[in-house]
Amino acid sequence: MAGTVKDEIMHDHNHDGIDRRGFLKCMAWAGTGALCVMSGGVLKSYSLSRLPGLSPKEAMGELSFVQISDSHMGFNKPANPDVAGTLKAAVDKINALPGAPDFMLHTGDISHLSKPEEFDTVDQILKSAKPKDVFYVPGEHDVLNDDGKQFLERYGKGGKGAGWYSFDKKGAHFIGLVNVMNLKAGGLGTLGHEQLEWLEDDVKQLKHSTPIVVFAHIPLWSVYPEWGWGTEDSAQALAYLKKFGSVTVLNGHIHQTMQKVEGNVTFHTAASTAFPQPQPGKADSPGPMKVPAEQLKSVLGITDVNFVQGQHALAVVDSTLA
Amino acid sequence: MRRSVSIAVLTVAVVIGVGTVAVGRKDLLASAQQKPETTEVKIDNFSFGPATLTVPVGTSVTWTNRDDIPHTVVSTEGAFKSKVLDTDEKFAYTFGKAGTYPYFCSIHPKMTGKVIVQ
Repeated sequence: MAGTVKDEIMHDHNHDGIDRRGFLKCMAWAGTGALCVMSGGVLKSYSLSRLPGLSPKEAMGELSFVQISDSHMGFNKPANPDVAGTLKAAVDKINALPGAPDFMLHTGDISHLSKPEEFDTVDQILKSAKPKDVFYVPGEHDVLNDDGKQFLERYGKGGKGAGWYSFDKKGAHFIGLVNVMNLKAGGLGTLGHEQLEWLEDDVKQLKHSTPIVVFAHIPLWSVYPEWGWGTEDSAQALAYLKKFGSVTVLNGHIHQTMQKVEGNVTFHTAASTAFPQPQPGKADSPGPMKVPAEQLKSVLGITDVNFVQGQHALAVVDSTLA
Repeated sequence: MRRSVSIAVLTVAVVIGVGTVAVGRKDLLASAQQKPETTEVKIDNFSFGPATLTVPVGTSVTWTNRDDIPHTVVSTEGAFKSKVLDTDEKFAYTFGKAGTYPYFCSIHPKMTGKVIVQ
């Protein structure tokens, strides 16, 4: 899908470099490698083939971080018998990025069965990544059998409640949320009253111009509720973020890239480093999807995010492991 | 002659009657001594099959996870709770009291089922 930008822009009413059709094409690129730049709430898209023409600042930004997700260490079924190998390939990809990212986010399902040795293996593999800081939120596979106690001990020290927290990096405010605890029969992901109250309080004092990055495991938008791909009370969380000019929401869980823009909020889901899952409703269940071995790395990936200070711009780039 | 035929008919009737009582008693003894009846629920494609299961009191129900992804079997009202079940792992629970027992997978809460115990 390496078309020129001119091809994509047919109805540029706002003179912002993007029309609706262009945006849809940008979505289609996600997973094959595209650069989508948020600038003042406006999405601009470039194909990766144009990247060499961008200035280094445009390409790299001032803050750069990488999102990885759903490493499912311990999974050994036909969809991927070597999840350690593909996580290592993801680390190689991260280490090959131009300029080392400042840190990494892991949006959950670090392990497959919450076993200590699974977490140990991931920790060991991630040690070889250039970015040394990793910020985690749990997936439902990380809190099995012990209500998340082990996850909190390993990754959630200093967090509140089930492990939610926030931090600031170069003017951007990052918020890690937990929506995999206390799930109710028939329901979706849940943040819960206590966490929502904390969130409201956490963002109260921030300037409206502060770029916000929210990361959580299950999508905070309704991707496909029939498969549980959504969060019951995410609307309340997003209501607290309405006042901000730029909000980027990063999730995992669905093992495929997907993007949506709604007002000031850009939603983005990352690929898994372990195995792909079917598109919403395109299979009997959301179970692991087996693809021919030689195609596996083309459906796994990492997400590289760049933030240009002063421009309120976040660039989200998905790259496959192929 | 007529009399002896009558006696013969009566004897046969009595024997049949005693036989029936004996068979009935044997059934009662068997249900009290044998293991409870076992019924299976299979977990396939992120669903419980059958989603609704009706069993007599005393039945042991076994759930088997046949997916490539772990699941759990958790009573909505707290009656039972399995550990996480990886592929091909099983969980069993014996229902000692009549009632309706809704349950779900606490990892994938869209997966729900119920056991009706009569």
